[in-house]
Amino acid sequence: MSVEPKVERETLRVHFARLWDSDLAWNFRNSPLAVVSATVLLVIAFTSIFAGVLMPQNPFDIMQLFLDKANLPPVWSEGGAMPYVLGTDMQGRDVLSAIVYGSRISLVIGVASVAVSMTIGVLVGLLAGYIGGALDNFLMRLADAVMSIPTLLVAILVSAIFRGLLPVEYRDTFAPLILVLALSLTSWVVYARMVRAVTMVEARKEYVMAARIINVPRRRIILKHILPNVMTPALVTGTLNLGLAILAEATLSFLGVGMPSAQPSLGTLIRLGNQYFFSGTWWIVLFPALQLTLIILAVNLLGDWLRDALNPKLK
Amino acid sequence: MLLLVLKRLANAVVVLLFVALLAFTIFKFLGDPVQLMLNPQATQEERDALTQRLGLNDPVPVQFVKFVANAVQGDFGMSYRNQLPVMGVIAERFPATFELVMVSSIAALLIGLPLGVFAAINGGSFMVRVAHIISMIGVSVPAFVIGILLILAFSIELQVLPAFGRGEVVDLGFWTTGLLTSSGRYALIMPAISLALFQISFIMRLVTSEMLEVLRTDFIRFARARGLRARAIYFRHGLRNCLMPVVTITGMLIGDLIAFALVTEIVFQWPGMGFLFVQSVQYVDIPVMAAYLMIVCCIFILINLITDLIYVVVDPRMGATAIGGSNVR
Repeated sequence: MSVEPKVERETLRVHFARLWDSDLAWNFRNSPLAVVSATVLLVIAFTSIFAGVLMPQNPFDIMQLFLDKANLPPVWSEGGAMPYVLGTDMQGRDVLSAIVYGSRISLVIGVASVAVSMTIGVLVGLLAGYIGGALDNFLMRLADAVMSIPTLLVAILVSAIFRGLLPVEYRDTFAPLILVLALSLTSWVVYARMVRAVTMVEARKEYVMAARIINVPRRRIILKHILPNVMTPALVTGTLNLGLAILAEATLSFLGVGMPSAQPSLGTLIRLGNQYFFSGTWWIVLFPALQLTLIILAVNLLGDWLRDALNPKLK
Repeated sequence: MLLLVLKRLANAVVVLLFVALLAFTIFKFLGDPVQLMLNPQATQEERDALTQRLGLNDPVPVQFVKFVANAVQGDFGMSYRNQLPVMGVIAERFPATFELVMVSSIAALLIGLPLGVFAAINGGSFMVRVAHIISMIGVSVPAFVIGILLILAFSIELQVLPAFGRGEVVDLGFWTTGLLTSSGRYALIMPAISLALFQISFIMRLVTSEMLEVLRTDFIRFARARGLRARAIYFRHGLRNCLMPVVTITGMLIGDLIAFALVTEIVFQWPGMGFLFVQSVQYVDIPVMAAYLMIVCCIFILINLITDLIYVVVDPRMGATAIGGSNVR
C-alpha cells in the first residue's frame, strides 16, 4: 500500500518529462509571444477566481459601497485614496474590484459559450459527415442559412427574444444563460463545417473500414474512433473562437442586451462608464476597456500560436 | 454559367425565406401587438376590431404568407413606438449608415493594401511579424473600445472633433449627405476610423499572405530574370494577381460591416439604421426589428451573391467549386 503513491509520482514525472520534451512544449518555450500571453491569461484567471480574497471590495454587495467615496480618481492622481487603486465609480464602487469580478463573468460566459457551441458543432459535424445523405444536406443548408445572417444580429435578436419571453423578475438571473445560448446558436456553424470535412476524410480511412467490417456499431465508430481524430482541430478552432466569444459578449453587454448592471461583465462596465465620461471620470471606462482588450489580445495570440504550432505544413 | 446563377439565386431566396420566418417568429411570439398599440383603457370591442384588422385571427401559415407578401412590397407595418410606417423610418436612416460604411471601406482599402504590400515586399521575416502583431492588435481591440478611446483623445482632451452626431447634412430629397459640409466631414472621421480598423488589419493580413504566395511563383522569378524593375514586378505582376481575392473579400466584409456598424453608431450616436435597431430592441419595437433584420440580410445576401458571381466571371476555375456550394470564405 505504501509503495503506490511513489509509483504514481514516478509515472507522473515521466509523463511530465515527456510533455516537456514534446514538440508543442518546445515550440511554446521558444515563442515569447505565447509565453507572455499565457502568463497574462493565467494572472487574469487567477485574480478572477480568487477575487473574493484578493480584492478590497465585493462590488455586488451594496453594504460595501460608500456614496461619499464616489467618483474618486485613481490613487496616482490628485484626490485619489487607498484602497481604491484605480478609483471608484458614481456609486462608490471600486473600479479595480469591479474589473476583476467583471473579468470573471466575461471569462465564464466566453468559455461556456465556446464549450456549448463546440459540443453542438462537433456533434452536427460528425453526424453530417459520417451519415451523409439527406441529413447532411439538411444540416449544411441550415448552417448556410445561419452563416448568411450577420452573427452579431442573430446574437442580439436571440438575446432580445429570450429576454422578451422571460418575466421581468427573471431576466437578470438568467442573463448569463441567455448570453451563452445567443452566442452558441450562431457560432456552432464554424465547428460543424470543419468537423464535417475532417470526418468525411476519416470515414474513408482503413481503420474505419476495418471497424465497419467487424460490425462495430455506428455510434461506437463515431464516438470512439472518429471523435478523437477531430478533437485537435476542434480545440484549435475553439481557442481561436474564445476571443471572438468574449468580444461578442462584451459587445452585447455594451449595447445593453447582455449582462445587467447589477452583475456587470466588462462590457457592462464599459457601457455604464460611457454614460458618465463626459463629466471627466475617464477612469471608470478606460480601465475596463483596457482589461477587455488585454484578455482578447492574449487569447487571440495564444490561439494563433497554437494553430501555427499544430500545423504540420509550417514545420 | 446560367445554371450557376439560377442555383445561387434559388439559394438566396431560400435563405431569405428562412430569415423571413425568423422575423415572423419574432412578430408572433414577442409581445402582443394589440396590447402594445392600444392604450390600456381600450374596450374589448376595440381590441377585437384591431385584432381583426391586423389579420391576427387568420391561421398562422396564412399570416406568414401575408407577411412575406407585404415585405416584398416594402411594407413592414407601423412602428409601435411612433406610429410611422417602418419602411420610411428605416429609409430615412439608411444614408447615414451607407456613407459611414462606404467611407470606412474605401479608407480601409487605401490604408490596408499598401501596408500589406509593404510588409510582404520588405520581406524580412521581421517586418512580416511586426505587421502580424499590429494586425492582431487591430483585430483584438473591440470597435466600441476604439471609439471610446478616440472620443477621449480627440473630443475630450484635444477638443478638435465632435464626439457625436452627423454634423450638418444636406438634404437631396431622396438622400441626406454629410459629405458636402465641413462639419459633416469632421463628424465622419472618428466613426469611420473606428469602424475601419478591423478591416484594415484584415485586408493587410490578407494582402501580405497572398503577396508572399504570389511572389514565390515561377512567373515572378521569370520576371526577375528578365531584369524588370522591382516596382514593376511587385505592382504590375505581383499585386495584380492577388487583387481579386482581396476585392471580393472586402466586398463580403461590407455586408458584415453594415450590421457591425451598429456598435459604432451607438458609440458616436450616429443617426443610422443600427442606432435605430438598438433603440427598437430596447423599446421592443418589433416591426422595426423585423424590418431591419430583413433589410440587412437582403443587402448581405445580395453582396455575397454579386461577389460570388464576379469571382466566377473573373476566374473561371472557381466555377467548378462554386457550383458545389462551397463558400469562398
